[in-house]
Amino acid sequence: MVTSPETAAAPVTGQVTPAGAAAPGAIPDQQAAPPESPVIGIDHLSLTFHTNDGPVEALRDINLAIGRGEFVSLIGPSGCGKTTLLRVIADLERQTGGTIAVNGVTPREAREKRAYGYVFQAAALYPWRNIARNIALPLEIMGLRRAERDRRVADNLALVNLQGFERKFPWQLSGGMQQRASIARALAVEPELLLMDEPFGALDEIVRDHLNEQLLQLWAKTNKTVVFVTHSIPEAVFLSTRIVVMSPRPGKIHDVIDSGLPRDRSLDIRETPEFLKIAHRVREGLRAGHSYED
Amino acid sequence: MSATAASIAHAPAPPGLLKRFLRSSFFAVSVIVLAIIVIWYIAATFLNSPWQYEVFARQDVKPGVVEFIEATWSQERPVLPAPHQVGEELYKTIVLTAPTSKRSLLYHGWITLSSTLAGFVLGTLLGIGLAIAIVHVASLDKSLMPWVVASQTIPILAIAPMIIVVLASLGLTGLLPKAVISTYLSFFPVTVGMVKGLRAPDPINLDLMRTYNASKAQTFWKLRWPTSVPYLFVSMRVAIAASLVGAIVGELPTGAVAGLGARLLTGSYYGQTVQIWSALVVAAVMAAVLVTIVGIAQRIVMRLMGMPP
Repeated sequence: MVTSPETAAAPVTGQVTPAGAAAPGAIPDQQAAPPESPVIGIDHLSLTFHTNDGPVEALRDINLAIGRGEFVSLIGPSGCGKTTLLRVIADLERQTGGTIAVNGVTPREAREKRAYGYVFQAAALYPWRNIARNIALPLEIMGLRRAERDRRVADNLALVNLQGFERKFPWQLSGGMQQRASIARALAVEPELLLMDEPFGALDEIVRDHLNEQLLQLWAKTNKTVVFVTHSIPEAVFLSTRIVVMSPRPGKIHDVIDSGLPRDRSLDIRETPEFLKIAHRVREGLRAGHSYED
Repeated sequence: MSATAASIAHAPAPPGLLKRFLRSSFFAVSVIVLAIIVIWYIAATFLNSPWQYEVFARQDVKPGVVEFIEATWSQERPVLPAPHQVGEELYKTIVLTAPTSKRSLLYHGWITLSSTLAGFVLGTLLGIGLAIAIVHVASLDKSLMPWVVASQTIPILAIAPMIIVVLASLGLTGLLPKAVISTYLSFFPVTVGMVKGLRAPDPINLDLMRTYNASKAQTFWKLRWPTSVPYLFVSMRVAIAASLVGAIVGELPTGAVAGLGARLLTGSYYGQTVQIWSALVVAAVMAAVLVTIVGIAQRIVMRLMGMPP
């Protein structure tokens, strides 16, 4: 691991300075510093995949700052680069242009510090580990002591209401329970930032509503920053403090909507005019992003 | 056909004893065994009859059909011995002979079994080692894999005597050279299977390890190795059968001192077809038992790993 003194100093000052944002090979940009230190600062970010069929522009000129404690949804049709953007934040992909800072350092350094928890579309539990040992997996990798691991496993299982399922194997759990276990596994790392890639996409509507409500409660309890990828308008509007509407080919941000909805909300809020107004604006944004195709 | 029969078996009323027997695997296996024995007797009759014609012609005897057929089943050196002749020989050399005697098939079987097992263990370890290297070092995938494949295109019968001669000149004789030939045959399926198995983890699970900033060693022990276990067992089932072939082939050029291969060779020297066939039957039974043991080990390990039954 190579860490330059500048980048190492950045999290101490808590400022996203141009030096702090400058990843090896990235272009420093004077406009990168937003007023208060954001958890995620993305500046003129672009990503082009080089495939056999030639270059594919997945992301173009993405600018976004996400503050502490926010719940931001990325919504858009498939191919709009929302998952790619999340993977860039997680250092699972690297940008080809622009800069990005996570907690004031490069995504790679953030990943090496285990600054975030990532929840995938599939639960991705290991079938040969029971639920408790699945949740302990990242803790084993971090080299935590047995007592600390047990404590975190118990705490996080309780957080997602899975007490009593410690010794069950993944195949003995329903899809919704598996996804809750995978959320507990992400939380067990105790990250400030939670990255979620369509975590409830494969579940049915009723289970999804239920888990959405639980996720909001969890967010209120833990006060984490969440970046949530979805293609469901009601889900995005119900969960988020801010909704980023993206459009495809190339993937770019079409609209950013600040939700005026109160933080403390229940599923009933979906019937209110305020909710429907935001949902309408999201739908309009998605439609506009699509229009050139027809 | 059997699949529909099995699904009907889930009907509410439990099937009668006869029906259960007809659907049991014991019954199915028995039918196949019976069919093989019948075909074997028919084949023995036809293959041994030319010689039998000559015998009767020389003796100027005109045998009846039953007498003739019985005669084809009881020749001393038949082209194809009848099953009961092989059975008698097996009984004589396994039950009636002390296991320490050089005439005992148990003695020869044990010699072959020990080099089979030694070769299997060495081959499996070598196969796993090569697979780990190939999966983790990109250049080895291109440089080593073709050699691994090429090694199996060389006829083992051609290379076995060379291995025996080379190792003997180094002072190594007995079990080890045969085990080396078994290793040569058994590492290949393990390498191919484990390369596939170690690459089998879902990309999502590899990404997960990356988000945890896991080291290569951690990714290996916590993800790649457990994922590859089912592949390992499938490979080992092939490898142990190949290992037995290697052990028998390895016994042929050693001057036929001991082992099932030696029995095959001496049998063919002296035209003792009954002896050859009983050695073959013992080898076949041994292979079936070994493969079954690996299968049982697989089931136990999978259960310990919490896989659904």
